[in-house]
Amino acid sequence: MGTEARTVLPAEAPALSGLPALITARALNKVYRTQTGEDVVALRDVGFEMRAGEFVTVVGPSGCGKSTLLKILAGILARSSGSVTLAGRPIEGPSRDVGVVFQAPVLLPWRNVLQNVMLPIDIQKRPRAEAEARARALLRLVGLSGFETKYPGELSGGMQQRVGITRALVHDPALLLMDEPFGALDAMTREQMNLELLRIWTESRKTVMLVTHSIPEAIFLADRVIVMSPRPGRITDILDVDLPRPRDLAMINSARFGEHVARIRAHFQSLGALDA
Amino acid sequence: MSRMRALLRRRPEILLSPLVFVLFVAGWEAAVRGFGIPAIVIPSPSAVLRALVGGILSGELVEHFWVTSAEVILGFTAGASIGFVLGVLVGLFPLLERTIYPYIVAFQTLPKVAIAPIIVIWFGYGIESKIVITATIAFFPVLANTIVGLRAVPRDQVELMVAFTASRWQIFRMARLPQALPYVFVGLDVAIVLAVIGAIVGEFVGSQAGLGYLILQRNFHMDMAGVFAILIILSLMGIGLHLLVNAVQRRVVFWIGSTHDRVMGA
Ligand SMILES: Nc1ncnc2c1ncn2[C@@H]1O[C@H](COP(=O)(O)OP(=O)(O)OP(=O)(O)O)[C@@H](O)[C@H]1O
Ligand SMILES: [Mg+2]
Repeated sequence: MGTEARTVLPAEAPALSGLPALITARALNKVYRTQTGEDVVALRDVGFEMRAGEFVTVVGPSGCGKSTLLKILAGILARSSGSVTLAGRPIEGPSRDVGVVFQAPVLLPWRNVLQNVMLPIDIQKRPRAEAEARARALLRLVGLSGFETKYPGELSGGMQQRVGITRALVHDPALLLMDEPFGALDAMTREQMNLELLRIWTESRKTVMLVTHSIPEAIFLADRVIVMSPRPGRITDILDVDLPRPRDLAMINSARFGEHVARIRAHFQSLGALDA
Repeated sequence: MSRMRALLRRRPEILLSPLVFVLFVAGWEAAVRGFGIPAIVIPSPSAVLRALVGGILSGELVEHFWVTSAEVILGFTAGASIGFVLGVLVGLFPLLERTIYPYIVAFQTLPKVAIAPIIVIWFGYGIESKIVITATIAFFPVLANTIVGLRAVPRDQVELMVAFTASRWQIFRMARLPQALPYVFVGLDVAIVLAVIGAIVGEFVGSQAGLGYLILQRNFHMDMAGVFAILIILSLMGIGLHLLVNAVQRRVVFWIGSTHDRVMGA
């Protein structure tokens, strides 16, 4: 997608939070043309709405188009047909007020940890002093204080991924798009990061879409879970999670939680999907 | 003493490499003396050493060394700069590549040795013509590697930059250019060695000073030991410049190979 055309949201978010639907997708299709000339339908007839301040998770087996969907919402991938709007305007390019975490950490190897986290600030020419204090605070939050001047090559995969998460938060975006952000983390760190993310979300009232392979994680975090299935990638279910907030880890053992897990798992079993 | 032995077991080349040199020189000396090879065919190492030390002390080698060094460094700098800037322009404007790259390749396939006489006629017998010849030889590897390097940026890095609303110019400056630097240095390393060749070729074609000029002079007088002494200086010059480029590379492209731990079995 070209970088010329883009909708730039105002840096200040209040206009967003007043709207009923922050993101609306209707009849969204994405077809990839592969190098051998075949067409791969990555998304077929995808439609959903996301309210401002909502936490939505997306689960589905590998290859069902989760990353594709996220990239379209981030404005870095053109859709083939259908419509997606962000705050009422069609998405034609990336927005300043969006934070993206990619499935791979994608750090710049010549920038140290702090400089990598500051990348959105540098790109968007935001005031540095304030942002740097925020960057350091966020790094402490994800357990990386003391690593500010280390380079990506000196970090473990999970540490790199945490740097990527911090980078998505540093400019305090109203909308957070996260593609399997905790995939590279051990179970303990992952639970901690889940709680931390929920805390940040509660405090700053962001709108979050998070892709995950883990059904329990999807339920634990979400207001709603979008369940997808592959070939072609489509939405098979959207599940309202009615667990009370604030959430704590004990809820994972509740009967209600188990019912949600069972419902999503049933979708996957009917597909004969291997993972998730 | 046992530390020394451990070091040698780990890196036997520390001992083996100089040993090869000593054996080679000793064999050479013995062969020249034993078979009575005339000095105008192959000089003995001791004669070469005498010529080298004598030339340095008399100042003759030093003087010509500086002439050639100036040609190499100025020609390399000019050629590498032009190659880099052109590579960046081509990287920024793909249309430019499609338009002019065929001509650049055509120019590159032209043997520089063949055009050296023309350049000497155009720019004279002084240092200028040697700088031009050196520059025309040094520029292509830098150009080619800069172009390849600028293309080497991974797709997800570009996606990342775009996702945070980077402009084309920001993507270039913050991702593509740093990504290209390791390639640029590969080009510089090739170019610096070619630059020495360029300067010598230029001096062969027509000159009044420089180590290439001196080689022709001494050849004419059948001073083989003197020629060999110059060859030693030239190879030391090449090694020195190569090490210099590598030292700069390690500082600039510091993130490559920063770890000392080798991959086992690799
Ligand atoms: N650049 C591309 N070119 C062609 N096909 C692609 C491309 N990217 C993705 N696809 C195809 O689109 C489909 C969806 O890919 P996508 O990356 O969105 O899946 P995913 O749900 O994120 O999978 P995972 O859970 O493994 O990350 C896959 O079948 C994939 O092969
Ligand atoms: Mg994915």
